[in-house]
Amino acid sequence: MRNTYPVWVYALIALAIVTGGLYALPNIFPEDPAVQVANSRTGVVDENIASIIDVILGAQGLTPHRIEEPDGQKLLRFDSAERQLRAADVLRGALDDDHVVALSLAPATPEWLRAINGRPMSLGLDLRGGVHFLMEVDLNAVIGTAMERYTNEFRGRLREERLAFDEIERGARDLMIRFASEQDRAQALTWLRRNYRGELNFVERGLGADSSLEVTLDAEHLTELRRLALQQNISTLRKRVDELGVAEPIIAQQGESRIVVQLPGVQDTARAKEILGATATLEFRMVAEGEDAPAAAASGRAPAGTRLYYERDGAPVLLQRRVMLTGDYITGASSGIAQDTGGPAVFINLDGQGARIFSRVTAENVGRLMATVFIETRTETTEEDGELVRRTSRSEEVINIARINEPLGRRFQITGLESTREAHNLALLLRAGALAAPMSIVEERTVGPSLGQENIDRGMQSVIIGFIAVMLFMVLYYRVFGLIANFALALNLVFIVSILSMLQATLTLPGIAGIVLVVGIAVDANVLIFERIREELRNGMSPKAAISGGYERAFSTIADANVTTLIAAVVLFLFGTGPIKGFAITLSIGVVVSMFTAIVVTRAIVNLTYGRQRRITRLAI
Amino acid sequence: MLPHLNFAESNINFLGRRRIAIAFSIVLILASVLLLATRGLNFGIDFTGGTLVEVGYPDAVELDPIRQQLDEGGFERATVVYFGTSRDVLIRLPPRADDPDQAELSNQVLRALEAGGPDGVELRRVEFVGPAVGEELREQGGLAMIYALFGILIYVAVRFEWRFAVGSVLALVHDVALTLGFFALTQFEFDLAVLAAVLAVIGYSLNDTIVVYDRIRENFRILRKEGTEFVMNNAVNKTLARTIVTSTTTLLVLLALFVLGGAALNNFAIALIVGVLVGTYSSIFIAAAAALMLGVDRKVLLPVKKEGAEQEETP
Repeated sequence: MRNTYPVWVYALIALAIVTGGLYALPNIFPEDPAVQVANSRTGVVDENIASIIDVILGAQGLTPHRIEEPDGQKLLRFDSAERQLRAADVLRGALDDDHVVALSLAPATPEWLRAINGRPMSLGLDLRGGVHFLMEVDLNAVIGTAMERYTNEFRGRLREERLAFDEIERGARDLMIRFASEQDRAQALTWLRRNYRGELNFVERGLGADSSLEVTLDAEHLTELRRLALQQNISTLRKRVDELGVAEPIIAQQGESRIVVQLPGVQDTARAKEILGATATLEFRMVAEGEDAPAAAASGRAPAGTRLYYERDGAPVLLQRRVMLTGDYITGASSGIAQDTGGPAVFINLDGQGARIFSRVTAENVGRLMATVFIETRTETTEEDGELVRRTSRSEEVINIARINEPLGRRFQITGLESTREAHNLALLLRAGALAAPMSIVEERTVGPSLGQENIDRGMQSVIIGFIAVMLFMVLYYRVFGLIANFALALNLVFIVSILSMLQATLTLPGIAGIVLVVGIAVDANVLIFERIREELRNGMSPKAAISGGYERAFSTIADANVTTLIAAVVLFLFGTGPIKGFAITLSIGVVVSMFTAIVVTRAIVNLTYGRQRRITRLAI
Repeated sequence: MLPHLNFAESNINFLGRRRIAIAFSIVLILASVLLLATRGLNFGIDFTGGTLVEVGYPDAVELDPIRQQLDEGGFERATVVYFGTSRDVLIRLPPRADDPDQAELSNQVLRALEAGGPDGVELRRVEFVGPAVGEELREQGGLAMIYALFGILIYVAVRFEWRFAVGSVLALVHDVALTLGFFALTQFEFDLAVLAAVLAVIGYSLNDTIVVYDRIRENFRILRKEGTEFVMNNAVNKTLARTIVTSTTTLLVLLALFVLGGAALNNFAIALIVGVLVGTYSSIFIAAAAALMLGVDRKVLLPVKKEGAEQEETP
């Protein structure tokens, strides 16, 4: 019944306070509304442009309060969002197309805090402003793509295996392989079953010369394909958002076919949409040499095994149906100037598998012509008969035809681009990777930071005033013990903020609801303890015995109440989405932290205050 | 110094009035359900979706006058924010029952903006935003909530007894139902913030109920000769000071939030205030009464002799 803790407990508490304080600290440095200027080609803003920027902004009375140069770009910090917006407008008008002017919020965390990885917690869209996109992934297209792939694969592999078949017809959700006889079908079926177990289902149709095989995707495999497609789209989106340079974006799956993209602090929705919405990839196909392309264009019918394409200048060209290599294998792309022609070029890197395939197929085709097809998918909303229609448009264009002089490997270049800007954009889109399935924007929301700021300021003020009222009440009601509880309560908030910052979790309005509840729970823990101590005193216990009795008795109540709440919070976190998750995060952290501050920390202080005295006659409670 | 609340010797007969209390609560719950069924909740734009209107001005504009113009033009509750630059403005309009078609709606908005506003406003885009997010959230959120309730049921059943588990969930449903009923009655806007507040009410109600139950369990061990009703009454009385103090402090924060927090936090604060008041009432009058009516007594709580070991520690 001694009211002391071993020294290591005090040390641990001190350590927790120092660490917590340190990592909560970045949050008191506000973010500056900033304008970022970069050269879209080189990324570096030269002296000349920099001085032009100075002059233009100076003339408008919009001098930034600080200018930084991260990676050669210009980061202009302003003291208000209004000035930031106006400055961006002015600069966009004044600078040429080679320069990108983007709005951002730049953290003002000092260097030494950044060195120990101290970052402010991120504020959600509702608190900070930004854009929110809800994107719908067309999962039916996944089946189409898979069927296309199987069709190509069967054509090649059945031939390699010397298994006879007549033709393969691709349907929207299935494909049909036709055979000349049941015997051919039986042979092919054995081989197919062995090689595509668990992936495809085969059903025999027709008899004799009418034999065919209906191939459909296995249900489980389809689910897996869809899951992978969604994942790939998410990671592709993440790469694209990184290109935008947004801090703490949220890219998450929602439901079975939707992806939420939230870009806090981004106000330039048009550009965000451009980058998120457009997808580009390349395909390499052999030119069907010796075929009459103009005739095919005139009749609209391409000869068997070929497809009609058009070049930049509108000239028709026939390419082989079979794709040599798709853009999926591209791992890197950069733009520059081609050494031989001096024109703009895109340099492409392939992954290992892609390099193997590509060097094999190019080796087989040395001396022949290869075409690079640029495929772009865009989602557009157009107005038709007064109604808004959303549709995806896919454009395919031959950007380059070149003779294969030698087998191509991991690195090669594409020329035939119109401008350096186009080369740059193509490289950017290729870098961002391909989407596994097309997406469209279902919903788009913009939250203005000026509106959010006012809300935060008022909200924060009222919370602080509420806290002061609670603290006053606690001191008046529990006196010395009230003071101790107040210290624990303040510490509680510091810990929550520092943990949220360390986890880089996003704080939203529901998160604040969680914090308000935690404050209630934390105060409650202390109230339970203090009421117990008073009870013990009334029962005639000595002050020392009352303290330890109070803490011990209240402990099981606090533990039960908090563990129950924690279970609810964890379950909400696991199964909830969006705002429910945000609430659950702060609540879970808060409940654990408040157990520590309300029980351990207050006890430590009580011990330090009363534990050393030999005899206490009365407690100030 | 504030005078201490001292309920040490008090023995208010809360449970003696349990039938009145429970009947009162049942009436309130029925009324809430009825209100929810007939009037429903006034869902905010987060749930309902609405119309997005993007407009452009030749020069930088202020947002407040635009909000005022829209108000005067009959578009209340419109959200007005900058959109990329200080000349482009995005307006979000909640859907209304008598909404004309898109073309007519955009005309009306344009007329409202041209009336007395800066010249040269240009309509760029009108887009309807579906309520899909809201629906998905309602489904997912509802499921998460049900799982959470199961988690609570299991934990309380293991730590206490199944009747307490059912009782705590009943108290929780009671508090949430009345809070929602209040929103159906007043037709205050139910947005995401209010949803978060309702979640917080669940947490608060749970905390409150467990505190009372814990004391009941303890009392059964100490007051070995007393009847069930006396033991429970005593538990409620012993925790009464704590209940009142905790509710008071929580309400202090919430009142500050309500009075000073601004329009954005008003509904959030109201939901929590109602939830805390209802939760306080239920932890005093309902939680113990429900447990009693479910058949909690010493026998179900302390069935085995192994409890005797713990008994030694209790003076």
